[in-house]
Amino acid sequence: MSQEGIIQGEFFMNGDEACAEGAISAGCRFFAGYPITPATEVAERMSRRLPEVGGTYIQMEDEIASMNAILGASWAGAKAMTSTSGPGFSLMMENLGLGVMLETPCVVVDVQRAGPSTGLPTSVGQGDIMQARWGSHGTYEIIALVPSSPQEMFDLTITAFNLSEKYRVPVLIMSDEVVGHMSEKVVLRAVPPEELVERPRPSVPPEKYLPYQTDGSLVPPMALAGEGYRFHVTGLTHDERGYPAMNAAAQDRLVRRLVDKIRLNRSDIIRYEEAWIDDAEVVVCAYGITSRVARHAVHMARSEGIRAGLLRLITVWPFPEEHVRQLARRTQAFVVPEINYGQIVFEVERCACGQARTALLPHMGGGVHHPEAILEAIREALR
Amino acid sequence: MENFAIYVPRLLPQEENLAPGHRACIGCGEVLAVRLVCKALGRRVIVSNATGCMEIVSSPYPTTSWRVPWMHTLFENTAATASGMEAGLKALNRKGKKAITAKVVAMAGDGGTSDIGLQALSGALERGHNFLFVCYDNEAYMNTGIQRSSATPFGASTTTSPAGKLSIGQTSRKKDLTAIVVAHRIPYVATACPSYPFDLINKVEKAAAIQGPAYLQVLSPCPTGWRHPSDLAVRMGRLAVETGVFPLYEVENGKYKLNLDLPKLRPVMDYLKPQGRFRHLPAEEVERIQEQVTADYEELKKKAGVGA
Repeated sequence: MSQEGIIQGEFFMNGDEACAEGAISAGCRFFAGYPITPATEVAERMSRRLPEVGGTYIQMEDEIASMNAILGASWAGAKAMTSTSGPGFSLMMENLGLGVMLETPCVVVDVQRAGPSTGLPTSVGQGDIMQARWGSHGTYEIIALVPSSPQEMFDLTITAFNLSEKYRVPVLIMSDEVVGHMSEKVVLRAVPPEELVERPRPSVPPEKYLPYQTDGSLVPPMALAGEGYRFHVTGLTHDERGYPAMNAAAQDRLVRRLVDKIRLNRSDIIRYEEAWIDDAEVVVCAYGITSRVARHAVHMARSEGIRAGLLRLITVWPFPEEHVRQLARRTQAFVVPEINYGQIVFEVERCACGQARTALLPHMGGGVHHPEAILEAIREALR
Repeated sequence: MENFAIYVPRLLPQEENLAPGHRACIGCGEVLAVRLVCKALGRRVIVSNATGCMEIVSSPYPTTSWRVPWMHTLFENTAATASGMEAGLKALNRKGKKAITAKVVAMAGDGGTSDIGLQALSGALERGHNFLFVCYDNEAYMNTGIQRSSATPFGASTTTSPAGKLSIGQTSRKKDLTAIVVAHRIPYVATACPSYPFDLINKVEKAAAIQGPAYLQVLSPCPTGWRHPSDLAVRMGRLAVETGVFPLYEVENGKYKLNLDLPKLRPVMDYLKPQGRFRHLPAEEVERIQEQVTADYEELKKKAGVGA
């Protein structure tokens, strides 16, 4: 990939713009989108920047079309992305499932606002976390990353493309309005080729190629349209040849592999960050903008002599089950602040298996938690 | 104005059904259009309104402007919601529960009509619901900050069709939505503009009286998005009509009628020049636009059987 047109250096920019730059640095050369607050700035930046790096921006007639356009572009060989917010994310769900079924590398950015429905279009929410996991029908696994700063919007967009190419699965970036709209210092960089992951490619001649045959890795090599490989991709349950095979045995083989390629590679995919965790009696588990408020609250608790720690989720899906299970054995309680009425808290509770208490600190959206509220919840958890 | 006999402002209802005090931008042509539409409709209506500028500027409490029953739907489904309303009223009337004579009116911007809402519109027109669909067309997604739509004219610079070294701005031509609607063979289709208020009111009254689907495409100048001075919205609408960029016509049961047949069109530059969104256009592109406008206008005249 040419490094021409890649912007490098320190900038003061918002998270949406940093996300667009991260995509370009990761090699994204196709973007299909539709205006929606608070994600419009990603599309606007891409419409300006992609022509400068030889890429293509197209604005679609809605989010259903946007999602499909990136699937098509990915099969044509481009690294492709779209961005949206809650209402558009809902519209994308059926075709997100198609992306999973076709095993199409692509990145979907959801800059979350407060819902349900139109909700608070210009204000923050974190209510789409479970939808990210379960929003499309059927059985599948997905990867979702949660940035907490404009810098991470840049960095994690690169990570998202790498994971998506490696595992041939749509990767979701579950940002939020505050992270998308806040401006901070962002260091933009060109990514060296060895740091970029490209989708597995067929190593056999066209006549021997089976589009969905895998080796031990569970991820089949992907031929691209126009390369001479004949393939057939379909949303129907299919066999190794890619042809529809509508029976329980084929369904078992395919769905098991779609799920296992993520589940069995959890340790490669899962990312989190911890602070003050070693001797923590209470662990605040947070993600996105809430993790930054939580960090301050944990700091306040420490200065009061409370042994609090922070677990910041970077991947929410797959969820770091094993790690939370281990933490539950050596801590007394979890406090989970999130800008919804309880989503990730249920995952924490499930993995804690009754070994540690779990308390939700909800916020219905339209703003972020007060650090004092989280501090009070920390105190409460130890009472 | 073609017909000065309808120039009778004192016969218009004084009642405002879209109250002042809303949060539209200074000089908004869209809110003027909707105000006139509401004046013409009267109180016996139920409005289904798509997401967009009009929802945002006219509905939040305490600056709510609507004095008629009003329902906000989402972006893609105005016509579908209106379909349900109309069918529901019909069912109530059929069961003799209550004689309800309210007209169902769906309203959406150009994005909510020609892009994301086109499928719902087409379905409702095809099923033949008795309703009026009003598209207030300001030629881009203004609510989210001026992104292109399929109704954005060729050459216009928007935030997602930015003009610059690598692009002329919008590279495609404005989608001919009225022609798409006409293809559904509905009883009444018309174009209108708030710069011609009596023509607009006349058309709304006519459309509301019709049994079956009716459609109005209302050009609504947007000072913010078109980047012209905020006191020129009415003027811009007039120029759009006088240059032939947006001709006023009706299609009744498939028959075209040109409401304002201009003996000579003004040069299209008169319309483009005051607008910042066209400022970058070189002379040869303006010439191209002129040729297209002239050709389209001639074609329309032929359809309407005007001139030779």
